[in-house]
Amino acid sequence: MVNTKKIYLPIVVLFLVLLPPMVGNYWTQVLGNIGIYVMLGIGLNVVVGFAGLLDLGYVAFYAIGAYGYALMASPHFGIHIPFWVMLPGCVALAAGGGALLGIPVLRMRGDYLAIVTLGFGEIIHILLNNLDPLTNGPRGLLRIDAPAIGNFVVNSPFRWYYLIFAGIIFSAFVADRLNNSRIGRAWIAMREDQDAAAVMGINILKYKLLAFTIGASFAGIGGAIFAARQGSVFPENFSLMVSINVLCLIIIGGMGSIPGVILGAVILIGLPEILRGVHQYRMLVFGGLLVAMMIFRPTGFIPSARRKMELRE
Amino acid sequence: MTILLQTKGLSKRFGGLTALNNINLELESCVILGLIGPNGAGKTTLFNCLTGVYPIDGGDIIFENRSIRGLKSHVTTSLGIARTFQNIRLFGSMTALENILVGRHCRMKAGVWGAIAMNRSTLKEEKEAFGKADELLNFVGLKGQGDTLAKNLPYGDQRRLEIARALAVKPSLLLLDEPTAGMNPRETAELTRFIEQIRTELDLSILLIEHDMRVVMGISDRVTVLDYGVKIAEGSPEEVRKNPKVIEAYLGRLGTMMGKRAVTA
Repeated sequence: MVNTKKIYLPIVVLFLVLLPPMVGNYWTQVLGNIGIYVMLGIGLNVVVGFAGLLDLGYVAFYAIGAYGYALMASPHFGIHIPFWVMLPGCVALAAGGGALLGIPVLRMRGDYLAIVTLGFGEIIHILLNNLDPLTNGPRGLLRIDAPAIGNFVVNSPFRWYYLIFAGIIFSAFVADRLNNSRIGRAWIAMREDQDAAAVMGINILKYKLLAFTIGASFAGIGGAIFAARQGSVFPENFSLMVSINVLCLIIIGGMGSIPGVILGAVILIGLPEILRGVHQYRMLVFGGLLVAMMIFRPTGFIPSARRKMELRE
Repeated sequence: MTILLQTKGLSKRFGGLTALNNINLELESCVILGLIGPNGAGKTTLFNCLTGVYPIDGGDIIFENRSIRGLKSHVTTSLGIARTFQNIRLFGSMTALENILVGRHCRMKAGVWGAIAMNRSTLKEEKEAFGKADELLNFVGLKGQGDTLAKNLPYGDQRRLEIARALAVKPSLLLLDEPTAGMNPRETAELTRFIEQIRTELDLSILLIEHDMRVVMGISDRVTVLDYGVKIAEGSPEEVRKNPKVIEAYLGRLGTMMGKRAVTA
């Protein structure tokens, strides 16, 4: 298992690096869209897949990251903080949002948690629409600065692709390290049996809060990248559908598995594009495929296999 | 001998039901105390009070000379009280080794940054934890089963793994809730020997809930009997066995239908 990973990982990475010139502008743009969802998936996977907390309001943190960057790097307030400075800021903002949501729901489980997080997502969405002086309401924020390194501005689909790619590598690395640590084990134990985990010495409140905070941080990065890439943000970009889509791609890919999240995003976001060939039946075919998938592979395409113990002597 | 655990007038009520009423217990270090009583006597409730699962309504619990009343489960565990469950509660989709590592959680320190950076101290700590977990796996007789998912282990092995997970905490007090439940006589005899081995080799005290009288009477240094949340007897296995109150609690008072729970004998 460990060895196969060492072989296939560099090949996959190399393939993905060489992909854009082969597929051209349009598909590179699509790959960028997929990439942002991969990042969101990796983040939500920490909350849902590892810690087992059903969060239906994940879009809220994505929105916080996006608006955080948009407000600090657009003519709206006339502030222009560079992308690279603001990126950690967006992570901190989203993490703060995660903690803010985490505190009131610490004692909730399952369905109740899902309902409250759903509400939180909607509150943020409504705030974006109605908090005119800050967010400019449904008219959104326009002319958001693109990231730049010196004179090199990230403004073409190709450049964006590589920036998003770097973001994914970073996110996947962090999530994987957490998963294979004392913290990941605590999350999974909590997911399996919360009461038994508490009695085995795991501080449930702390690890729930940690899961929400860290999960939200990934959405903060995704949001900042989304805002800078689109150059504008509108409340419609942050509807409930985003939360549902991210949750779906985790389930399709395989809960708790990072390669699963990536494949899930490719299928869920990429497939509708590929299916453009079948015109008006596109969404019908897509929906049918999802149903078939849940019947034939209910645990997802790449279910998380508890890894072999690498450190064992 | 030093006193490890002491409950002073411990009481626990669920609404109108008094599950534990003024329980006084004393447990010295390196002693096996058997806890018996009919179903519903409050044995598991007592475990839940000791491990912070239930808040207690009255009295106090003294562990290693400090009160642990009102402390959360994860705190009592890190102080050195570990337990198993009556109905096995392993983390099913984790491997056997990972289950033990979870038990070791409170003896490790790595935080978020340590986990991400995998710096030297974290790596060292992980290696150490894996080594200890492997040792425990061998100790409970599950050598080579480390990578098996807990839910795929046979029943008897799951019971053993649960004990290993509790031992990973490095407890000074181990609470075993019916460890031989559902085992055949041979497995029961093996596990009984194993419990004695734990006590002598790891130098800890064991509080044992058990329905199999041969097990309890065989390995307990002392036995405490609960009935309807009240301690009705205490003493050596021999004394308890002859105690008329205990016989009554288990068999009912012959010929008396006025008793609080006369069983037609």
